[in-house]
Amino acid sequence: MSFPWAKHYEPKQPLMRWLDEKLPLPRLVYNSIGAGYPVPRNLNYWWNFGVLAGVALVCQIITGVVLAMHYAPNALVAFGSTEHIMRDVNGGWFLRYAHANGASMFLFVVYVHIARGLYYGSYKAPREMVWLLGVVIFLLMMATAFMGYVLPWGQMSFWGAQVITGFFSAIPGVGETIRVWLLGGFAPDNAALNRFFSLHYLLPFVIAGVIILHIWALHIPGSNNPTGVDVKGEQDTVPFHPYYTAKDGVGVGAFFLVFALLVFFAPNLLGHPDNYIEANPLSTPAHIVPEWYFLPFYAILKSFTFNFLWIPAKLWGVLAMFGSILLLFFLPWLDSSPVRSASYRPKYRVFLGVLLLDVLVLGYVGGAEPIARNVIMGQIASMYYFAHFLIILPWISRSERPLPLPTSITEAVLAKHGETAHAEPALAH
Amino acid sequence: MATVEEAIPPGANPTRYHEEGHDPRRRDFINIAAVAWAGVGAGVIVLPLINQMNPSADVLAQATTDVDLSKIAPGQAIKTIFRKQPLFVRNLTPAEIAEADAVPVSSLRDPQTLEQRTKPGKKNWLITLGVCTHLGCVPLGAGEGENRGPFGGYFCPCHGSAYDTAARIRQGPAPLNLHVPDYTFTSDTTVKVG
Repeated sequence: MSFPWAKHYEPKQPLMRWLDEKLPLPRLVYNSIGAGYPVPRNLNYWWNFGVLAGVALVCQIITGVVLAMHYAPNALVAFGSTEHIMRDVNGGWFLRYAHANGASMFLFVVYVHIARGLYYGSYKAPREMVWLLGVVIFLLMMATAFMGYVLPWGQMSFWGAQVITGFFSAIPGVGETIRVWLLGGFAPDNAALNRFFSLHYLLPFVIAGVIILHIWALHIPGSNNPTGVDVKGEQDTVPFHPYYTAKDGVGVGAFFLVFALLVFFAPNLLGHPDNYIEANPLSTPAHIVPEWYFLPFYAILKSFTFNFLWIPAKLWGVLAMFGSILLLFFLPWLDSSPVRSASYRPKYRVFLGVLLLDVLVLGYVGGAEPIARNVIMGQIASMYYFAHFLIILPWISRSERPLPLPTSITEAVLAKHGETAHAEPALAH
Repeated sequence: MATVEEAIPPGANPTRYHEEGHDPRRRDFINIAAVAWAGVGAGVIVLPLINQMNPSADVLAQATTDVDLSKIAPGQAIKTIFRKQPLFVRNLTPAEIAEADAVPVSSLRDPQTLEQRTKPGKKNWLITLGVCTHLGCVPLGAGEGENRGPFGGYFCPCHGSAYDTAARIRQGPAPLNLHVPDYTFTSDTTVKVG
């Protein structure tokens, strides 16, 4: 499960020795995120974002558990109890703003984490399972974030629930039955709100469980690195602690700085004012959009405005939206290039940049009015999104000529500092 | 498949088992039957867990809505509630009726005439659910001064579905016309929906 030169856990105090014999939990931590886990020595700051996602999840669970002490999941009083938290509960405004903006922070660092994986080929063999579990975590996060957004029972909450559960009504034949089953009624109401609260409380712990599997699967081959070259020997790695605990500490500091800026200076920047109006089943907000982190997928949903191949536009939109995420499950096999890091893949690097731009365009379209210009822009951007994964990526992974790879991580690191691998014999044993 | 040897309990005299011809398949059968029955039990216990999510009795209780039409002038529409969903009641003007009738039915995504969507002799009373058939938003157009979209009926602001004066889908992602619920005229000016 780890490299042969990994440090061994040797408890010194009698108490720790006793504990190690009865329940080797400290040993597990030591080997997972302590000095017992050797990590490539050349990780850059993009490798902070996995730890940051973990930090964000912990923040969400802590603030969420205390918010649940004051919130009432009943359609008659849910909106009022949210306002009660904001106005009456001691420091309640801080807890709720931290939880709402914490969701944005969580999704943001996860998006960076995914982009890191895409750039450095972290999804490729032997780390396919790490990637697959990551996509599962992402799907769980989306479900959790959606259900959490419904809880304040504002206008955006209500209509978000209406639209998102409406996706299921697109399924031929049984769709409407499934939608009614999910909601426990014909429109979002108390039954839906209660079950969303129950699941919103449950899913973060499921996410935590899948994260453990994600890290377990990662520790079998060990971490990827910016060169994408495999670890060849001890000189290529450093122990996770103290080297990367310290480096991650810097990232955690920056994370909380941005988080604090949002919570204390712009707590409603990423929200919608309509959600401070209580849910009204008779009036749809003039401009209904999901939270920023769902906008690219929402744009793909909106892009299908015509029936095609006997499948109605609505079903196409829903299929494409779910497809855009499920496609990620196949990524390790769509990209057949043996080179992992995009630093050595001149063509892939360009197309990945275009994809990033494309997702930003989708994000813009997702939040924009459905006028003709935006719809066409969304349609082109959606097509490109699918083309990237289904056509461009399989094609360039076969045709491109990668740049010469360094023979080892150590060589790459020393070359960067103008030295050769032989200049430091102390490390190369 | 277990052998005779495996079927012999530890400490028992093996010759007895061989001589008496104990059939190891009998133990396999009991094993499979027990596990299968436990599986059936697990499957059955899932049913109430799934069923509890279906609409409860109070939600299902059949509600009807009475609508007084006398206050709705031609060209006006009202929004009311039917089974917790918005209901649009519109008094069409002769111009709107003519506009709806002028559309060739074969050109429609969900082909229906205005006659099929109204009651005989009450062609001006268009009663539909105010639920967009795309993803369930409430279309605009029933309220005073709301955007009625390019076809003069209803316009859904969520994803740009446009309905005509007969509330038929004409443009945008929605697959069907606005749903016409069951209703009857209890008098010339009142309607019972549901």
